[in-house]
Amino acid sequence: MSATTHDHAHDHHDHKPGFIARWLFSTNHKDIGTLYLIFAVCAGVIGGILSMIMRAQLNVPHNTIVTSGQEWNTIVTAHGLIMIFFTVMPALIGGFGNWFIPLMIGAPDMAFPRLNNISFWLLPPAFILIMTGLFLGESGSGWTLYPPLSLSQYEPGIGMDCTLFALHLAGISSLLGAMNFITTIFNMRAPGMTMHKLPLFIWAELVTAFLLLLSVPVLAGAITMLICDRNFGTAFFDPAGGGDPVLFQHLFWFFGHPEVYIMILPAFGIVSHVVSTFSRKPVFGYLGMVYAMVGIGAVGFVVWAHHMFVSGIDVDTRAYFMAATMVIAVPTGIKIFSWIATMWGGSIELKTPMLWAIGFIFVFTIGGVTGVVLSNAGIDQIVHNTYYVIAHFHYVLSLGAVFGIFCGFYYWIGKMSGHQYPEFWGKVHFWMTFAGVNLTFFPQHFLGLSGMPRRYPDYPNAFAGWNFVSSIGAYISGASVLVFLYVCYRTFTSKEHVADNYWGEGATTLEWTQTSPPAFHTYPELPLIR
Amino acid sequence: MASPWRGTASRWASLLGGLQPAFSPVKQRIIELHDLVLVIITLMTLFVGALLVWVVVRYNAQRNPTPSRVSHNTVLEIAWTVIPVLILVIIAIPSFRLIYYQDRTPNPDMTVKVTAHQWYWEYSYPDNGNLDIESRYVHDEDLKPGQLRLLSVDNQMVVPVGKNIRILTTSTDVIHSFFIPALGVQRYAIPGRTIETWLRADKPGVYYGQCNQICGQDHSRMPIAVKAVTPQEFAAWVEQTKKSAEATPAAAPRLQTAAVEAPSKEIRE
Repeated sequence: MSATTHDHAHDHHDHKPGFIARWLFSTNHKDIGTLYLIFAVCAGVIGGILSMIMRAQLNVPHNTIVTSGQEWNTIVTAHGLIMIFFTVMPALIGGFGNWFIPLMIGAPDMAFPRLNNISFWLLPPAFILIMTGLFLGESGSGWTLYPPLSLSQYEPGIGMDCTLFALHLAGISSLLGAMNFITTIFNMRAPGMTMHKLPLFIWAELVTAFLLLLSVPVLAGAITMLICDRNFGTAFFDPAGGGDPVLFQHLFWFFGHPEVYIMILPAFGIVSHVVSTFSRKPVFGYLGMVYAMVGIGAVGFVVWAHHMFVSGIDVDTRAYFMAATMVIAVPTGIKIFSWIATMWGGSIELKTPMLWAIGFIFVFTIGGVTGVVLSNAGIDQIVHNTYYVIAHFHYVLSLGAVFGIFCGFYYWIGKMSGHQYPEFWGKVHFWMTFAGVNLTFFPQHFLGLSGMPRRYPDYPNAFAGWNFVSSIGAYISGASVLVFLYVCYRTFTSKEHVADNYWGEGATTLEWTQTSPPAFHTYPELPLIR
Repeated sequence: MASPWRGTASRWASLLGGLQPAFSPVKQRIIELHDLVLVIITLMTLFVGALLVWVVVRYNAQRNPTPSRVSHNTVLEIAWTVIPVLILVIIAIPSFRLIYYQDRTPNPDMTVKVTAHQWYWEYSYPDNGNLDIESRYVHDEDLKPGQLRLLSVDNQMVVPVGKNIRILTTSTDVIHSFFIPALGVQRYAIPGRTIETWLRADKPGVYYGQCNQICGQDHSRMPIAVKAVTPQEFAAWVEQTKKSAEATPAAAPRLQTAAVEAPSKEIRE
């Protein structure tokens, strides 16, 4: 491990290897974090282009941008998988997690640097496979991959296999990353940093890593069975051979529900730090915040069948899953109120990261309360699979998790790059995105309530009005991505260098004791936490 | 009776596009519960929004240059744990009642077996001489005046008004979902399984729905149209449909094979 050699020579600890060795064979947590972030932005732009195509098609009824239903279904599938596995997860877990777990716990690097390298490099081939499935037009099952539609009788092409295999690769990547995170956080904290002094972002990543560790193998099992059904004549999910399509739904959602918390928990962590920093106050109710996250993670494993309320599961089962799901509103409420209480009495500066954090709290509240509506199996009977669900999960993910990503980006980009973002353009980016996404997704609640099904390339004329509004919102959101790219350009070409702790006294975690950007190898001597 | 789709919705519902008005007792109860939950979640969202605006204005760095150091308040923390629990209990009680009410058909008057296919619906009436009809969407170019694009079908599922109708869903290929918003009905149609739900149409009319689980390329082109008529009209419709089925030899074998079939790849015209 190169770190050992450098530890002996403090003066040279910023020595970097050549380009190929540095970026392709990277074992440095900051470089791998950077690779993850670049990857996430690229994948996000591609997933976003798919969104634009979809909203353009749904702009007016009877539109002809996407003419075939199969093509449409493939776009829907690819959009979902790209955004989940190749945008939000790489950004929040691989990107910010790799960058800031060692920096915030005072560790020189991750526990397993080479494993870290593999974790990242499994993603590009996985992404190529997803894109293969998309361009072959053969993976039109939706991201939920429900058989029998995903079986070879109905999706005969190799594109579907590519998509399934892509999930295997992305899953292995997440698993290796999760092991690395857990080991690092448990074993490499600086002396004196007890678990109850751990920054909230680290707690968030720790809970996330455990969720990944426990849920991804179940997905891997399910898609392995699916691959066997497709290619090797088994019939796990094929009723014609005695299999059960509903079994797949159970396995998928046993993974799929923790997965949504995997995407949102790191954002919780980031928002906690940003709210505290810009209020110049310590986080309110630290222990409550920690155990709310642990609670969300734990309960998140026993609510999966609320995705299956109309799959014919027994009424008592529905009653249980409904009650368990509602319980999640409690720790979530604790977090929302604790953030507000952190701001209460503070000295709030509305810098760009803080705007994203407050925006996050608001949109996440909306996404959360519609979750309470959906948790009612009785109401879900008529909003299941409608645009109400689309609106709900985009409020918590496309708005929530993505606001968390941008929040972290603006908060830490000075630390990561040594250059500060342009404040004015950062704010323009925020307000444009905030307006755009709300205009896109709020009307979808109305569409869903009035019964518009999801995954439709065309809809009855009665739904035309709000679809039009939603598409306009999507174009504004799409344009806001261009503003983001401009912000990136301005940041990276800026000549101005920022101080170690450019946010001042509110920023109290360890990464602010390091230079901006941090040395290639940080903490040659471990910091002591009082 | 006009289509409930365009409907006699309350002014708010039509303004915003809320839940379709109820034409069945189940839907009526769904709307009542949803109204309760909607009020609660709207108040919660406004409360959080107002708090956010308040802290941003009141505790702005200019107005409050010295931050407090308060980071605990046990009473407050207990309050924002317990109060949400109480609110959830208020929601949960009617919610449990509703799902048990929705679950099984109370005193069923008749059964309609709904079989989903890629990409059309088949309705069988075991209580009415195994009548069996297939229902496909009307292509855009064949739409007659008054028909709704992507909603109107060639053969509607006809049911008598005011009768408790047990619906049994199944599929012969992939998973579909039998979904009629105005009647408050939705269940997946899953191959190899039969799932029960029920409906009772309060008023005569045509109630539209659409397949609501991705099922392949024509997922958006297998609408559901339920025509509720008086029991007398229903009896007449049964007789007439039987006669025309007997008159068409191709349709005759279909009457015997109305039971669950294993998924087959055959494509019917």
